[in-house]
Formats: sequence, C-alpha cells, structure tokens
Amino acid sequence: MDWGGIIENTFRGLIGEQFIYFGLAAIGLNMHFGFTGLLNFGQAVFMAAGAYGLSMAVATLGLNFWWGLLLGIVVFPLILAAIMGVPTLRLRADYLAIVTIAVSEMFRIIARSPSLDRWTGSSDGLTAFAKTFYEFSPYDAQERYFFGLFIGNQMWVITVGWVVLALVVGAVYLMMRSPWGRVLKAIREDEDAARSLGKNAYWFKMQALALGGVFGALGGMLRAIGTQSAQPQNFITDVTFFAWVALILGGAAKVGGPVVGAAILYAILNFTDIFLRNSVADGWMPEWLMTGTQVGQVRFMLIGLALVLLAAFRPQGIFGSKEEMALDDR
Amino acid sequence: MSHRPVSERRVHPVTSVLRTFFAAVIAVLAIAALAPAVASAQTDDAEVKGRLQARDAEGERVGVAGVEFIATNEAGDEVARGVSDDEGNWSITLPPGTYQVLLDVETLPDGRELRNPEKNPAEVRLIGGDSKSALFPLGEAVASTSSEIEFVQLTVDGLKLGLVIAMCAIGLSLIYGTTGLTNFAHGEAVTFGAVMAYLLNVTGVFGVRIHLLIAAPLVLVISGAAGWAFNRGVWFPMRRRGASLISALVMSIGFSILFRYLILYQFGGRAKRLSDYQLQTAWDLGWFRLLPKDLVIMVVSIVVLLGVGIGLQTTRVGKAMRAVSDNRDLAESSGIDVERVIRWVWVAGTALAGFGGVLFATTESINWEMGFRILLLMFAGVTLGGLGTAYGALFGSIIVGLFIQLSTLVIPTDMKNVGALVMLVVILLVRPQGLLGRKERVG
Repeated sequence: MDWGGIIENTFRGLIGEQFIYFGLAAIGLNMHFGFTGLLNFGQAVFMAAGAYGLSMAVATLGLNFWWGLLLGIVVFPLILAAIMGVPTLRLRADYLAIVTIAVSEMFRIIARSPSLDRWTGSSDGLTAFAKTFYEFSPYDAQERYFFGLFIGNQMWVITVGWVVLALVVGAVYLMMRSPWGRVLKAIREDEDAARSLGKNAYWFKMQALALGGVFGALGGMLRAIGTQSAQPQNFITDVTFFAWVALILGGAAKVGGPVVGAAILYAILNFTDIFLRNSVADGWMPEWLMTGTQVGQVRFMLIGLALVLLAAFRPQGIFGSKEEMALDDR
Repeated sequence: MSHRPVSERRVHPVTSVLRTFFAAVIAVLAIAALAPAVASAQTDDAEVKGRLQARDAEGERVGVAGVEFIATNEAGDEVARGVSDDEGNWSITLPPGTYQVLLDVETLPDGRELRNPEKNPAEVRLIGGDSKSALFPLGEAVASTSSEIEFVQLTVDGLKLGLVIAMCAIGLSLIYGTTGLTNFAHGEAVTFGAVMAYLLNVTGVFGVRIHLLIAAPLVLVISGAAGWAFNRGVWFPMRRRGASLISALVMSIGFSILFRYLILYQFGGRAKRLSDYQLQTAWDLGWFRLLPKDLVIMVVSIVVLLGVGIGLQTTRVGKAMRAVSDNRDLAESSGIDVERVIRWVWVAGTALAGFGGVLFATTESINWEMGFRILLLMFAGVTLGGLGTAYGALFGSIIVGLFIQLSTLVIPTDMKNVGALVMLVVILLVRPQGLLGRKERVG
C-alpha cells in the first residue's frame, strides 16, 4: 500500500484540476438551483459547450484561439440556454429537469455519431487546439512545481483555473448582493410574489440559466484544455451529478458552498479511487469482490449514493442554512 | 424540507428511513450477489475477432454496430456469441478448437449486405492463447427497394417500439399522477427486468436454465416485488416525513445512478443476449418483413396494455388509481386508502417496466445503460401524451416509437433517438400539457 501516493492524490483532489473544473460547474449550478431554484440536470452539456466551442473553433474551423474562447464561453452556452430555457422556464420545475437531461443525451448521440465525424471527431473527439494556451505558460514544461505535485503545463492550467475560480466567486458574491440577485432569490422563494411586483420572472430565470451555463462552460473548457482533448466520454449525463453532489455537499445558495463541496468531493473520490486500486494491486481485495475495471465504477456508485443520502438527510449540506435551504418545494 | 410536528411521529422517522433504506440496499446487493457467474473470466482461451466496417453515404468507412456473430463447434452446437460495438469491433472468446463463425445476416442494418455471402460462416481454427481475425467484408450500401415499402416496414417497426415503450412508461406516468414524483430511476426498472431475464434464461438458477416463456412471467413477478420493496423501503418513509418533491426528485436520480452502476459492476459492460428465440427467419409479407418473435411481442404488449386499460376502467383499485391521480385530497376524503393505491401503482408500474425490459431483451441486446436510454424515450412519450395520464402515456409512446423509426428516412440511423428528444422539446414549446393532458397540471 503506497500511503505516500494516496496522500498525494487526496491532496491533489483538494486543490487540483478536477476540483477546478467541477468547482466552476457547481458554481454554475448554484446560480441555477441554489439562487434561482432551477433544476438543471444537464450541466454536463454546458461544460461540453465550452470544450467543444473552443476545440471546434480551432481544430475544425481553423479559427484562432480567441475566437474559440468567444464561441465556447459566450455563443454556445447562450444557444444551449435558449434551447433548454425557452420551452420550459414557464412550466413547473421538473420539466426543466427532463429537458436538460434529454439535451445531454442528444449531445452524447450527436457527438458520437460517425456521420458528423469531420465536425466533432465522433467518439475519439478533437485534439490539438490548446497550443496557444500553453504558449503563454510561464512554467517550464519539464519542471515539477508545488511540492512536485504538478508538472509545468498542469501548473499553468491550475494557476489559470484558480484565478478564474476566484474571479467567478467574486462576481457571484457581488451579483447576489445586487438588486438583480435579490430578484433571483425572490423568484426562488415565491415566483408569483415576484411577478406581482412587476418582475419578469421568465426573463430573470433565462438570465440565470445562461449565466450559470457560462460558468459551467468555463469549467468544461478548462477541462478540455487540461486533458488537451474534447471527448464525448468526458461530458456524459452522469458528469452533471458530480457537480450536483459538490453543490449539495458544500451547501446550495451559499457563494462559497460549491467550491468547498467540490474540494471535499474530489479529495474523497481520489482517496477511495487510489485506495481501492492499491488494494486490488496488492491483492488485499478478494477478486470476486472487485477487479481493476470495477474500481472505476465505484466513484459513480458513490455519487449516486451521496445524492440519495444528502437529499434525504442533509439537504442543506455542510454550510447551508436550513432556513435558506435549497432542496425545498417551490 | 418541511417537517411535521414531533407529536405526529411514531418511530423517529430518520431511524425508520435509515433502517428501511439500508434494508433496501442490502436487498439489492443480495440480488446482485446472486449473479457472480455473469462476469466470466477465462484463462487459457483463444479469441476470434474482427472489425465490421462499411462505407457510408459519403464513402467514408464507418463501423457497423449491433451485428451478431455466432460461433458453433464441430458438432454444430452453438458455443458463444459476440456483438459488434459502435466502432464495428467484435470478439468472441472460445476454448481452443475449430469453429464455424456465422454472421447473423438478420442483424445487419437495413441496406447492408455481405459482399461474399458464400463465405459465411467462416471456419477458424484456434489454439490456446491465440487471437485470430475473421473478415466479413460488406458490400456497397444497397439502394432501398422502394420508398413505400420502406415506409411500411418502418411503421411496423415503430409500432412495435412504441408499444414496448408504452408498457414501460405507464408506470412512470401513474407514479407521477398519484405521488407527484418524476421518477428518474424508472429506467433502471427496465434494465432490472432485462438482467433478471438474462439471469434466469442464460445464467440459470442452480444450474437450470429457464425457458424464456416461463422466465418472462417470473420477471414480471420479481419486478413487481422489487417495486413494492422500493416503495416500502424508500418512498413510503419519505412521504411520511413530508419530504418535498424536489428532494424526492434528486433522490430518484441518485438511485438511478446507483442502480445503473451496480448493474454495470455486476453484469459487466459488454452487451449480452438471451438464449431463446435469437435466430429466426423473417416472414416476407410483401409490404414488410416481420420476425415471428416481433409479432408475438406486439400481440403480448397489446394484450397487456388492453388489460391495464380495462383494469383502470373497471376494477376497484384501477378506479381508485384514476381518482387519486385526478385529485388526491378529494380521493382521500371520499374514503380511498391513498397509500394502498400508491403501493399498487408502484407494484404494477415496476412490474410492467420490468416486463418491457424482457421484451426489449428479446429483440435487442441487454446492456447496463439500456434503461436510461429508454427512460428518455419514455419521458418523450409521456410528455407528448400528457404527464400523469395513463392513456396519454400509451398514446404518446406509440407516436414516439413511430417517429423514431420513421425519422431514419431523413437522418442517420445512429442518431434516430435525437428525433424523439427534439420532439420532447417542441411539444413543451407548443402544447406543454401534452395531447391528452389538462392545462392546470402544468402551471
């Protein structure tokens, strides 16, 4: 049992790449669910929009990196928000859930379809679009940084990721203190009351959906840059619920909740993952109980179990308050 | 989450929920543990494999998925099967020996034919630890015979798909109607049924394989029992606590993920097939071709759906179900035992979904994700017909099935489900209450 490796990986989960990607996605979900009460079960597609916006612009259309940023952070998420929001935001909450999960499935089918291979790269996805990003890196690609945890390119992704994360958290904090943020919370608490005060609830919900989607797209784009590939497999439906667990764990409707939740979640997931891998490799784990391929499936089961237990027993998460509890009926 | 006053509680609800929840989890694990033989591991075996490719409309090579390969030994007995994946790759693991590997022409997509039909089956000789390739080149895509004939064929296929989706979806709609819960874990009931059929039919119980005709009603009963347990162990305590619908919704998606990956963990990622009724010759009926088993599936689902309809219309519990769906409070105050009705809805809905899973397993392969894919088609059907209405679910699902199959006239077959999902979005845009729903349900 390699305890050094286990501790290192757990720590990596706490501050590393996965935490940044899913922290951003969870902040987006917090915008949707925590502040506005929208049940978005398709955050993975917003992440995919960021990833595919950049990679299709650069690798398929041959545009430069900056057009890719525009496409991935602004254009694609706004189109998606319109597709999901326009039909459902006037309806009861669960219709948005159904449509968003349906859109994730559409994304999977379309992105994997061989007939669109020259646009999306089908199941292999797209590569070679992040060169400009790494050209700006101040780190030496051969060196190891931060107590030897990250190599140069990873360190650059993490540095940028932390800065983006800090900016987004700051922006959300300011927005939620503004009159605009108060309208969102009013809609969450009682949509009819907000409407009777002359607020256009539909339009505010639309804005929240789009803005949270943009945060998700930032996370997805960083993920594509970090792995240097945009693959459908990285943005399947179940990916959404990693962000959901991060959000509920940290506490919905709290600005810092999703960030803390993502850090704790990835520390736990990385710990179990590497611990189980070590156990299997050392032969501690009997073969009938778990094999190497099955280890990768455990994290999904943990996500499912965490959603069930959190929703049933601690819907306010670690930091949320029961009064502003976000898993309530509205 | 709203809480009732403490005085109303008999047992501390958290303890009770915890207890029943873990009982449910243990039950699921126990069922899963019954199937260790499913994930088989061979040691000294050889493998025959290949990559099935064809040219698409633009002349690019693409993999052909879902085609079945059957290996028979020298005595002529079937030994093993394999199915090609999305990239067209397939492989069959076999003990050393000489085999005939047959490409099941029935499973080729429409318009694809073997270039050398006389070389099917191919003979392969395998020694231990070997890996050999068997090639089955496909010819150019054959132009479809005539558009009317294709249209009729797709309509028949779509009707079959729609009927099976409807059987699965009735439970989803009734559960929504009586409890207000959009149950995202309903798709896993379909997978559960298919996997149970595989366990009984292929793995066998105590070494005895049960014929599909006996296994199917058994699965109906097992699924119904699972539905009862799921309601008793999880949803009944949650209702008693007065849990909000949103938290119930999030729980159901959590259960969906948990069950799906438990099935993957135990059943493995490869698609598998039942052993009965796999190889059949289609009847050529002039306008369309029909496999005997497809006719049986259509007749069985029509009979079951009619039975459900008559049951809802005439029996006491059926009338009570409709009453609770219409107006829960009114039903309760007129003396209907609402909890009892909800229990019946869970049992019947899950049993029908599991049975639908068996029907899917008879025509297609079984895999751990099938229920989730079907769930989205169910949502499309149920929303189209009107969420919460039993007949709406039936009606909407059949339209969805037809739409999926007929859309392949215009869009590539591998994207056919997209059509149904687009329809889901469009129907919410123009008529959110669905075709048979009433306006105030949506609000």
